[in-house]
Amino acid sequence: MYVIIAGAGKVGWNLARELIARDREVTLIECNHDRFRVVEEELEHAVQYGDATELWVLERAGIQRADLVIAVTGDDEDNILIGQVAKDKYGVQRIVARVNNPRNLTHFKMLGVQPAVSATDLIMRLIEHEVPEYGLVQLLALEEEHLEIIELEVLENSQVVGMQVREISLPEGALIISVLRAGRGFVPKADSVIAAGDQVLLILDPGLESQITALFSPAGAGTSA
Amino acid sequence: MFILIVGCGRVGSAVAKRALDAGHEVSVMDRDPLSHERLDRDQTSTWEDAGGRFTVGTALEIDGLIEAGIEQADVFMAATSGDNTNLVISQIAQRRFRVPRVVVRVADPARAAWYAEQGLQTICPTQVAIDQAEQVLLAP
Repeated sequence: MYVIIAGAGKVGWNLARELIARDREVTLIECNHDRFRVVEEELEHAVQYGDATELWVLERAGIQRADLVIAVTGDDEDNILIGQVAKDKYGVQRIVARVNNPRNLTHFKMLGVQPAVSATDLIMRLIEHEVPEYGLVQLLALEEEHLEIIELEVLENSQVVGMQVREISLPEGALIISVLRAGRGFVPKADSVIAAGDQVLLILDPGLESQITALFSPAGAGTSA
Repeated sequence: MFILIVGCGRVGSAVAKRALDAGHEVSVMDRDPLSHERLDRDQTSTWEDAGGRFTVGTALEIDGLIEAGIEQADVFMAATSGDNTNLVISQIAQRRFRVPRVVVRVADPARAAWYAEQGLQTICPTQVAIDQAEQVLLAP
């Protein structure tokens, strides 16, 4: 597998290192000459100097035969264009782009640059995962595939406490895939019983979140004080 | 027509002034407030008094584009000094805001040519200079 990485910042350099350690063929492209010299000390011929938004630089790196292009510069416009050109001009099968400003995520999607990864979003999700006050946490969104994995905490008074998995009338397109209890996770069977304090992981079609939270809400919600 | 020009450099400001003179409604956006000076230079009245609009904002910030009037624009021109910015915002103008006519300045001839094939109306000053130089230098 041949991988081209645009941008030799912390993300790009470490990615290149990891991939090379796994015997992948990698070319890293960096447009800042000082940075390039530093990275070249370690990666030698695997790093090239140039602006990866320019077509000839990509062609020199051999983009025509690349299986994967990763755009991780610090500039969202650059990452969008590198992804767009890789996909639409050179027919690269897989691209991954980094979103520096989460507000630009819609632009990546609109211009067909997917998947787009936002570190800020990932950190936010990690924080939500660690902070139990949040009811529903989206752990993973597979946008292209229209699936997402969410996590829910089962509160003391939730109507599913004491129910078997088969008794929870999940909507079509939702499935409980794992239960985390006392720091350990297991894949539940139809007769596994949900307990208060469980963290339940579900895979579902996007849009079903409110139905799921309603199912896991406190018994008699709305009437209790 | 309502014309929105992003980038108030030599090209953007000159095109804006001509469009206003020709009787169009013109809005200009630039991230540098001082660039406004180019719109007033050699004019008898200020840009605003002459009926022009000016917004300070970064091109990729959608709020700024909306404030500058992108939703009403009949024509959008991306004329900042950055090719990459121009190419991204012109595609946003075209696909998200459905601006009927979008023109984008691209200094890099290779990408100007490819994006033109993709349906963007590109203007490449570098290519124009190359062609002109060729004509002058290689004239018999």
